[in-house]
Amino acid sequence: MAFSDAVRNSYQADIQAIRAAGLFKEERFIHSPQSSEIEVEFPAGSQVKKVINICSNNYLGLSSHPDVALAAHEGLASRGYGMSSVRFICGTQDIHRELEQRLTEFLGTEDTLLFPSCMDANAGFFEACLGEQDVMIADRLVHASVVDGMRLAKAMQDTYKHSDMGHLEEKLQEHQDKRFRMIITDGVFSMDGDLAKLDQMVALAEKYNAMVFVDDSHATGFIGKTGRGTHEHCGVFGKVDVITTTLGKALGGASGGVVSGRRELVELCRQRARPYLFSNAVAPVIVAGALKVMEIITCSTERRDKLEWNAKYWRGLLNAAGFDIKAGDSPIVPVMLYDAKLAQDFARDLFAEGIYAVGFFFPVVPREQARIRTQLSAAHEKRHLDFAIEAFKKVGNKYGILGMGKRELMARFAAA
Amino acid sequence: MDEIAQVVLNYVKREYLEEGDDREVTETTPLISGGIVDSFSMVSLKRFLEKKYAIQIPDADATPQAFDSVHSIVALVRRFQSAKLAAAS
Repeated sequence: MAFSDAVRNSYQADIQAIRAAGLFKEERFIHSPQSSEIEVEFPAGSQVKKVINICSNNYLGLSSHPDVALAAHEGLASRGYGMSSVRFICGTQDIHRELEQRLTEFLGTEDTLLFPSCMDANAGFFEACLGEQDVMIADRLVHASVVDGMRLAKAMQDTYKHSDMGHLEEKLQEHQDKRFRMIITDGVFSMDGDLAKLDQMVALAEKYNAMVFVDDSHATGFIGKTGRGTHEHCGVFGKVDVITTTLGKALGGASGGVVSGRRELVELCRQRARPYLFSNAVAPVIVAGALKVMEIITCSTERRDKLEWNAKYWRGLLNAAGFDIKAGDSPIVPVMLYDAKLAQDFARDLFAEGIYAVGFFFPVVPREQARIRTQLSAAHEKRHLDFAIEAFKKVGNKYGILGMGKRELMARFAAA
Repeated sequence: MDEIAQVVLNYVKREYLEEGDDREVTETTPLISGGIVDSFSMVSLKRFLEKKYAIQIPDADATPQAFDSVHSIVALVRRFQSAKLAAAS
């Protein structure tokens, strides 16, 4: 038998090692639609409890919007449940084309291609569009899916210190002997919530003849005055060569990803990107829901405006309470705890107080950078945030950490 | 300090330490297991060594263990310098 006791025991030991290191992750079971308030069974088998969710990517509160659900129902009725095909064989419907066109207009690009996820978009893009003569120069904190996609490509890899434009410039100078240079960044960095300096990167790209790639998954729909993304916020709308983003966060939260950008690059993805060629087409029900989302967010900026207000209000509450938070404007607000065990205990205690948030620790973030990553939503009302801050303060007081910075926190909890 | 060690140490500090990072880095400081260099950004260090010392480090030898300290990196460089000399003679 291939899966012998010896093989099983070896894997059991690996899993035990993760537990022993305090790095084991457990799922919580949600018995309701995704929203600002959800019903959660945790641990498994326990009574379902209503809690405030402050850790989802449901930035615009559209994941369970009745109009989106209705549009999805209509899509299900008119276009069926699944395509049972990759796109290029018999998996492309008129609604796929329509959604791609809507996204092209929204993002200010030349063309757009849907993928089953942004993970797939990132996995497919670099290998399809860059070769051995080229170089990819990435911010050191780009998303894991971008790292994985870069590793699949034959182009040379290089990195620059996070958001360090001086270091990026050095790399661009170093690689002038390459055919193509591609600067790679997230628009909004998912763990810290800071924004890429896209205006400076576009200027450097023009100076050193390079392309710019941005994964804007934590920005599309709400960053920038009309929610187009980080490029709009930085005043370089129409100047980014490639944008990848997801339909699985602000844009409905179901699934799906895109590559959007220069016509030729998108066409090469259509011709060569492996996730596009070998993975099933995005289901019609999801495309229909996403089309409704695009209609909602282009008709009004009400939701992204509310999200902006919520983020500012929440940051003010956390600062006033004495928490150590990363500065910024985005709706990603990390509450820094640094110690992995503290982050896990804090999240557990928050849950007992009716707040759903998750501790982030190694390997998701670097060692000694553990945190509770809070994320705001347009579905949050002021009362949710007022309730949440009281819970955070209560738990913060329990551990005696309010007003402490990194040195004090590490000194207290590393010694414990 | 050995000349190669000094060159490598200077490169590591310049390439990997962010502004305001006051961590002490010595010949024996764990670079990869210590979180100063990650496997993603290790490529530029490998390329620097190959260019600086005119050697080729096969991917199979460019392991996190081999790159985990200035001390082990110096040993790696010397190994491939010797191999190159042996091949030339």
